[in-house]
Amino acid sequence: MIFTVLIPLLLACFVPFISKFKHQIHTGVFVFFIPLVIFLYFIQFIGLGFEPIRHTYSWIPSLGVNFDFYLDGLSLLFALLISGIGALVVLYSIYYLDRSERLGHFYVYLLMFMSAMLGVVLSDNVFVLYTFWELTSISSFLLIGYWHFKEKSRYGALKSMIITIFGGLSMFGGFSLLTVISGTTSIQSMIANVDVILDSPYMPLALGFILLGAFTKSAQFPFHIWLPDAMEAPTPVSAYLHSATMVKAGLYLVARFSPVFGTYEWFFIIVSIVGIITLCWASYMAVHQTDLKAILAFSTISQLGMIMAMLGFGTKAAIFAAVFHILNHATFKGSLFMVAGTVDHETGTRDIRKLGGLLTFMPITATLALFGTFSMAGIPLPFLNGFYSKELFFESTLDLQGAGAIASVLADIIPYLAVFGSIFTFVYSLYFLFGTFGGKTQFDKLPVKPHEAPIGMLASPIILVLGVILIGLFPSAVNGTFIAHAAEAVYGEEVVKDIEFWHGWDAPAFQMSLVVVGIGTVLTATRTRWNRVYRFLPGKLSVNKVYDGIMDKLDTYSRKITTFYMTGSLRLYMAIILSTIVIVTVSFMLATGGFTIDFGNLASVTIIDLAVALVITAAAIGTIFAKKNVAAILIAGVAGYGVSLLFVIYRAPDLALTQLVVETVSVALFLLCFYHLPDLKKQHEPLHTKTTNTIVSVGFGAMMTLIGISAHSSDWFGTISDYFVETSKPLGGGNNIVNVILVDMRGLDTLFEITVLGIAVLAIYTLIKLKTDKGGK
Amino acid sequence: MEFIILILSGVLFAAAIYNLLQKQLLRLIIGSVLLSHGAHLFLLTMGKLKRGNPPILTEGVSDYTDPLPQALILTSIVISFGITSLLLVLAYRTAKENDTDNMEQLRGNENE
Repeated sequence: MIFTVLIPLLLACFVPFISKFKHQIHTGVFVFFIPLVIFLYFIQFIGLGFEPIRHTYSWIPSLGVNFDFYLDGLSLLFALLISGIGALVVLYSIYYLDRSERLGHFYVYLLMFMSAMLGVVLSDNVFVLYTFWELTSISSFLLIGYWHFKEKSRYGALKSMIITIFGGLSMFGGFSLLTVISGTTSIQSMIANVDVILDSPYMPLALGFILLGAFTKSAQFPFHIWLPDAMEAPTPVSAYLHSATMVKAGLYLVARFSPVFGTYEWFFIIVSIVGIITLCWASYMAVHQTDLKAILAFSTISQLGMIMAMLGFGTKAAIFAAVFHILNHATFKGSLFMVAGTVDHETGTRDIRKLGGLLTFMPITATLALFGTFSMAGIPLPFLNGFYSKELFFESTLDLQGAGAIASVLADIIPYLAVFGSIFTFVYSLYFLFGTFGGKTQFDKLPVKPHEAPIGMLASPIILVLGVILIGLFPSAVNGTFIAHAAEAVYGEEVVKDIEFWHGWDAPAFQMSLVVVGIGTVLTATRTRWNRVYRFLPGKLSVNKVYDGIMDKLDTYSRKITTFYMTGSLRLYMAIILSTIVIVTVSFMLATGGFTIDFGNLASVTIIDLAVALVITAAAIGTIFAKKNVAAILIAGVAGYGVSLLFVIYRAPDLALTQLVVETVSVALFLLCFYHLPDLKKQHEPLHTKTTNTIVSVGFGAMMTLIGISAHSSDWFGTISDYFVETSKPLGGGNNIVNVILVDMRGLDTLFEITVLGIAVLAIYTLIKLKTDKGGK
Repeated sequence: MEFIILILSGVLFAAAIYNLLQKQLLRLIIGSVLLSHGAHLFLLTMGKLKRGNPPILTEGVSDYTDPLPQALILTSIVISFGITSLLLVLAYRTAKENDTDNMEQLRGNENE
């Protein structure tokens, strides 16, 4: 199973090479086979007797992060959608994308997305799931920004990225909390330990974080704003990512975790409310749009809201309807997106105000649109799958039982809101259909003369519409074989439900459907009359403004902060860095009680070393006040010789020798160079600069002394030096232990040290010899 | 004695940093030299001072000072020598090319 996840990603590496030959043969032709093979692989699991399958591959076992692949009904449904719709979308893109486009980029991103999305739905490990989840966000970002020369594409890409990654990060927090609470990283083990999780006081927090991730990904109100802007992506991408698969990842997540949180009262309240508000608001807004794809985007948001609401209801009927609608929505919405893309491709515009009367020019496309929109509207006809799930939705809203006060009020009003949302769903469906294909053709407004699309472009939507019809005619065929398994995975026990078309005139759900159709027809006919209502609601209200405002402020303030400290003065940077080190270290020391002092076990104080120490101190401070180059250099030399004297006193003969030699050579070098350097000038520093510098340097020195004293006074570990003393002779064959350590035990260190010196020599040589344009030297 | 040397090392650090925060290149280099002195003394003290004989194996002696800090310091002395000489030449070139050794004037331009 790991191969199905990794194959698209691995084969994506070859796409750039294949795309070199795109003028002979469209790159999509090769890519088409990848999702097709994966689809064929998954299709073998469909059947009546389905058992979940699990494969584990170790990744980071010490952290509990493993590639745990788990295939149950829910994963299977999504895997089939991802690979199946993926294949159709690639097929469609062969005709949609011209060979002059950057096909290599496109298919690499698309395959990357395919891998990531399969990874999301097949991972049982929360952290692996999170990784793939973010990868879908990134590939979505790349695909939305595919036409990066368009300002709106870049805006849309960034918006989707920021909103979904924000949600993803919060979800990561939720996962981490869940892992800590339950002590496992596997979702199935969490479901098994559901009591532990529900008893934990942190459970609501974890739920909130995870839901935030799901809501942002699935474009739920008020995070829905990224989806309409994501429509700047090429249409195959919109059909695939932003309608059929990626935006359903949030639904998947909620469905996956409903066995864990399902019994919690607030899960029902939050998810249902958010879902139902999204359903109503987005379907209401969809009627107001003029871009075909924008209508479909809002329609997608509202359908996602509807499924989300059903997942929130959590009843047997609702879960079944939700899972069923995930499949149905993918079929009819996928085909509608392709229809919109075809219209755009053949007429040159997606503006519904310019379109109209295309039925005569594009009869096949129009027929496809008819099935797609009628199915979406939930018109009661026995060959439309959308009607079945819409009716199951109505049914599920009617048998809600609220446990608490809020929940019972909610249970009472939800059926009305469901009807309200569905009425507008009906309106925008017909608006889409008749606005594009009905009425008169406005030739003067169309950029090109419309004509029917090539058959290859129509193939994918035809297959999807066939799916709409076949599922509509034979709902039981998909029911028992895999919808029931998927619902079972969410609900926790076997879900058997008969899907029937006819329940009789007195069935309440059917009456709700009739109300929708009735009012919907009236509203569609009179749309231009009540259109003014949009001036009051939303009017000037917009979540987009909030987003833009936040982004704008972020931009301004980060610019302000950055220019405040990025002055270009290296001295300032250094002062900031050093004082940060001092503050962090000292406060950490104080907070943890790390400072210790122990006057025992000290070497005796003698006059000689005290005197040398005093000389060095005087020399060190003297360098600051020296007025002349020579003076400063010589004083620094005194400090160096002093240090080598200390080495002698402290029984380090090698150090003393080396230090002496180095010091002598250094002083000579200094004196050579000082001739070329400008003279030291009197420091004209303002007093506050001097004070800051003094505080920073004294603070740093004091910090080092404190650390040293604490390190000396505490006895956490024994010394490791005995090893070197003991093994110097037997292993290294030398009596001088320091030398043995350098050339033998830490020989590689010394080798690199020599390399560093070599590089320094080269650099010095070049710097001296370098002749610049200015004619330096 | 250890504490005295640690205080001395602190003084060296302070003087070094003060020099590093100055404008003129020569002071910066002197600062870096002092910095390495401070670090060396710091390291040396971590191995305790004046315990045992110099770390050269001799018949009949079993008590030696800690050889490990010494090995580290030896490496460091050589490296800091490399750094000092590189900085010196760099400062020389910089001063020649830009006709100034003032750090406040040696800033990048707007687009860097």
